[in-house]
Formats: sequence, structure tokens, C-alpha cells
Amino acid sequence: MEQFVYDSVYLHSTDFHEGRVLFETWDPNTQYAWDAGVAIGRYLHELRAGRLIGRSCPECRRILIPPRMVCEACFCATDRWVPLRDTGTVLTFSRCYVTWDMIKLEEPQMPAVIEIDGASPGMGIMHMLGEVDPHSLEIGMRVQAVWKPLEERSGAITDISYFRPLSGSAESAE
Amino acid sequence: MNGNSGKLSRNHVAVVGAGMTRFVRRAQETAKELAWEAAHLALASCEMTLDDIDAVVIGTAPDAFDGVHMKSEYLSDGCGAWGKPVMRGYVGGGTGVFAPIQGWYHIASGLFDTVLVVCEEKMSSCQPHPQGAFLTIFDHTTERPLEPNLLWIFALEMNAYMHRYGLSKRDIATVSVKNKRNAADHPAALLGDKHITVEDVLNSPVLAWPVQRLDVSPVTDGAVALVMSASHVARRVTDKPVWIEGVGWNLDTAYWTNRDLAYPVYVEEAARMAYDMAGITEPRKQIHIAEPYDPFDYKELHHLEGLMLFDKGDAPRAAADGVTQRDGDLPVCPSGGLLGVGNPIAAAGLMKVAEIFWQLRGEAGARQVPGNPKRGLAQAWGDLMQVGTVVVMGI
Repeated sequence: MEQFVYDSVYLHSTDFHEGRVLFETWDPNTQYAWDAGVAIGRYLHELRAGRLIGRSCPECRRILIPPRMVCEACFCATDRWVPLRDTGTVLTFSRCYVTWDMIKLEEPQMPAVIEIDGASPGMGIMHMLGEVDPHSLEIGMRVQAVWKPLEERSGAITDISYFRPLSGSAESAE
Repeated sequence: MNGNSGKLSRNHVAVVGAGMTRFVRRAQETAKELAWEAAHLALASCEMTLDDIDAVVIGTAPDAFDGVHMKSEYLSDGCGAWGKPVMRGYVGGGTGVFAPIQGWYHIASGLFDTVLVVCEEKMSSCQPHPQGAFLTIFDHTTERPLEPNLLWIFALEMNAYMHRYGLSKRDIATVSVKNKRNAADHPAALLGDKHITVEDVLNSPVLAWPVQRLDVSPVTDGAVALVMSASHVARRVTDKPVWIEGVGWNLDTAYWTNRDLAYPVYVEEAARMAYDMAGITEPRKQIHIAEPYDPFDYKELHHLEGLMLFDKGDAPRAAADGVTQRDGDLPVCPSGGLLGVGNPIAAAGLMKVAEIFWQLRGEAGARQVPGNPKRGLAQAWGDLMQVGTVVVMGI
């Protein structure tokens, strides 16, 4: 098969820096304003009030978060809002030491998928972990949302600053 | 010979030619020039010309990589599409195995006798890093305000997989070592390395734990093309047609945080569709060689389990035992895969189909697996990390 492989010309970054090749650049300038929609609009409204909310499907009875107006499993309209707790279980996590453009971070970011209490099993949302030693993270860890002060909330997923490990006292206060 | 004896009357379809460019970190050639190099070599490999081609399928992943809207139209001249029926298939990372599926149904339907399939990717144009093009896969309202990066998804999935089955990094690093060593025998490879060790992988920088630098395939430019034809043409142009015996594809929910991240059920569904078409009832006995999608080392294992070639959680043990080596019972990614040959997204998937083509014809040179394999499989994965695409090929 070797005769059917074309030997592409391999460039190095020095070829650009030293002007050995010609090239063109462009900086896109696009902006978007997204509508939150019906289900996520209510989700954001509840976040501003310091609450998580889900939506349930009348056919499969799953309680879904993030909430949605259509159950993708049954392809029918969801029909009920279900208040959920702001506690949950870490389904999986990472310690990320780089930004998207590969700049090194000294302190790792700790993204996780968190299964929210009150929703159906496996119903997770992505959020960050905090107030925890990055090396003590475990799958199955119980966590609770840390909310921004009311006056700083804007109706956004970032109204929760992060989730922190749930202490026994915090759980009994629920 | 051919498994297309299923429910419908279909024309038998073969791959009759293949060509590709060397995969490089940054190519001087434009996307269009790369597409031409692969396309004309594929035609030359079966002594055909563009006049012999009825239709063209173009596979290429996000427009945002190139900053060119309607990227396949931009590519089309290099793909031989002028004046022909042409379509672009796009299922993200799954595109490279989906494009030949489209080629297959173009011909199986009886609409065309010959199709040129061209997959091209030039990731290097996107600055400062092509990951930027992927940031918009996250939900704009519920996720992007958290400023996620793409590595998170893979790290979260890899951790869920390791936790479910009690796997260590060492169990998984063997995949990266195998594929980079295999790639040392591939004339188009970017990252072939005969001497890499598990320790090298385990000592590479941590990007997003458990993902380390050498667990990941590289940013790559490259193109691959296939010529596919109906059986009456195939028998005229070659004495070694490689038949498409089964195709399958399937999609999981777009709510990725609601999925079981430890098992790719959508790959299983795609495989079941392809196996059913190919008449495969015992894939572990009937598949002789596999090219599952390996943008990360754990993904090869994840996909082998989804393809039902190993029990859930058992692929790492098989890898450690040498089963998936080029001379093992089930050679896996004998090409060197995305980890070794490189990962120009759509082209990487089609490279896997081309590898099965060369292997089944006995033309893989230093990479040739022993034992005259009769049937192979290529699989890719993509979209919002939830599409599986599968092609089963045989002689």
C-alpha cells in the first residue's frame, strides 16, 4: 500500500515564525444571544431562588434533570415540575491541570457529574467541586451545592458556586 | 462470501481502492490539496479515473476547524465532486466510518455503481488550539458558563470506566503503547514509536486526571479516500474485492450527564445492526481483526466491550494478555490507530476502514496480521460523544 500514500509536507512552528511559508489569519467576531426556553427558563428561575428543579415523564416516570419539555426516551411531553434537593452523589470527577488551549493550571479545576437527590438514578448534571483536597475526591462522595449570596445570583448555573463534601450536620439540616 | 442476504434485496458492495496522505501535525497543503492527493491515489490504486465514478461522498468534521462555512463545498473540487451527485455526511468523530456507510447505501440501493468516498481534516488551522472548535458542544445555558474544556468529558468518562471495573492507569496504558508501536510500521504515521513503554505513558504530564498526555491522540492533518463499487464493477476492476458485509450506526441521548459513562450502549446497538446484516452470531469467533476508535487509550477498550468482542470490563485484561497485539488472537488497531497514526478526525475513521481493506487483501506490509484474516471491523465514535458507527468487511 506504500505507493498509495502521499508524503504530505510537514511544517514546524518555526516555519511560520521565520516567514518561510505564507499564510493568512482571521479573527472571527460573532456573538450569540440564546433563548433559555421553557424548561431551562424555569430551571434558571429556580436557581436564582436557590433551588434545583426537575421535570417528570408521565410514561417512564423518570424525574429528569436538567429539566426538559420532552422525554427523549418516550418521545412524549413531560408534565410535572418536581422540586429536588441541592445535595447529590459524585458519579465521576476529574482534576484538570490545563485550560482548553493547553495553558497549565497550578490549582486543578475539579469538574464532576453529580447525581441530584430526588431525581431518578443516573440523572446527573455537570458542575464543579470545591472546598475539598483534590486528591481526596472519590466517586460516590456525597456533596451539597454552595450557593452564591442571593444578591449575586443572576438566574444562571453559576448561581451555584460549586458543590462541596456534605458533612453529617449539613445533611441533617436538610 | 457476502452477508448482505438480510431482509431487503440489496446490491452487493465492495471496496476496490484506497489511498491516503501521510498524517502530520501541520501540513503545508490546503484541505483541498490533501483531499486531491488521497482521492487520486485511491482511484490510481484500482486503475480507475473520475470518469468511472458515479457519485461522491465527502466526510469532514466541524466547519469551525477550518473557519470555512460549508466546508465540504470548499473541499469538493479536491474530492472530484464537480458535476456529480455529491453529499456530505457529518456525525462528528463518527464521520470517517459513516461516510463509507453512505457510500454503501448509495450503491446497495441500486442508485449508483461507483462511489468515491473522501474524508479530510485539517485541524492545525484552528488557533491557538483546535479544542476551541469543540467548546460549543457543551450546552450554552447549563454548561458553558462553567467554562468547560473538551478534555473534561473524556476524563469524566475514563474515570467512570476505571471505577466501575476497578482498573488502574497501567491496565489502560498498554493500549497506547501497543498502538504507537504498531504505528511505527505505518508509512503514513505521525506518532509511531517502536520503543515507547508503559512507564513513558504513566510518566507523561497529567492533563485532566486520569487523562495524561500519552493517553491522547494528537492534533493532525490528513486525508483518506476509498473507491466503492457494485459487485459487477468490482469483479471487473480487481480480483481482490473487499465486501461490505454489514453496517450499523446508533445515537445515545444528547444529555450526556444522564448517560452511563462506563459503557457505550450506542456502540453495542450499532454493532448489533451491523452483525445482524452480516449474519454474525458469534462476533468473537467471526471477527478476525478490529479497528475500534481510539482517540484515547481507554476508548479502544470501551469500544471493544461495546462491540461485544470482550465482556464488560474484560478488555483491559485481554490487552494485558496480548490478545489484541498484531500477532494475538484478535489483532486490534494493527494500523496503529489514532494514537499512533494520528487523528485527523474524519480521515482517521476512514483510515481504519482502509486498514481493514489492506489487511484483508494481504497488502498491509510490515503491519500484516498473520493467519489470513477473512473478516474485519472498523468503528468510530463521535457527535456529542454518543454516536457509534460500525462497518463489517470480509473477503
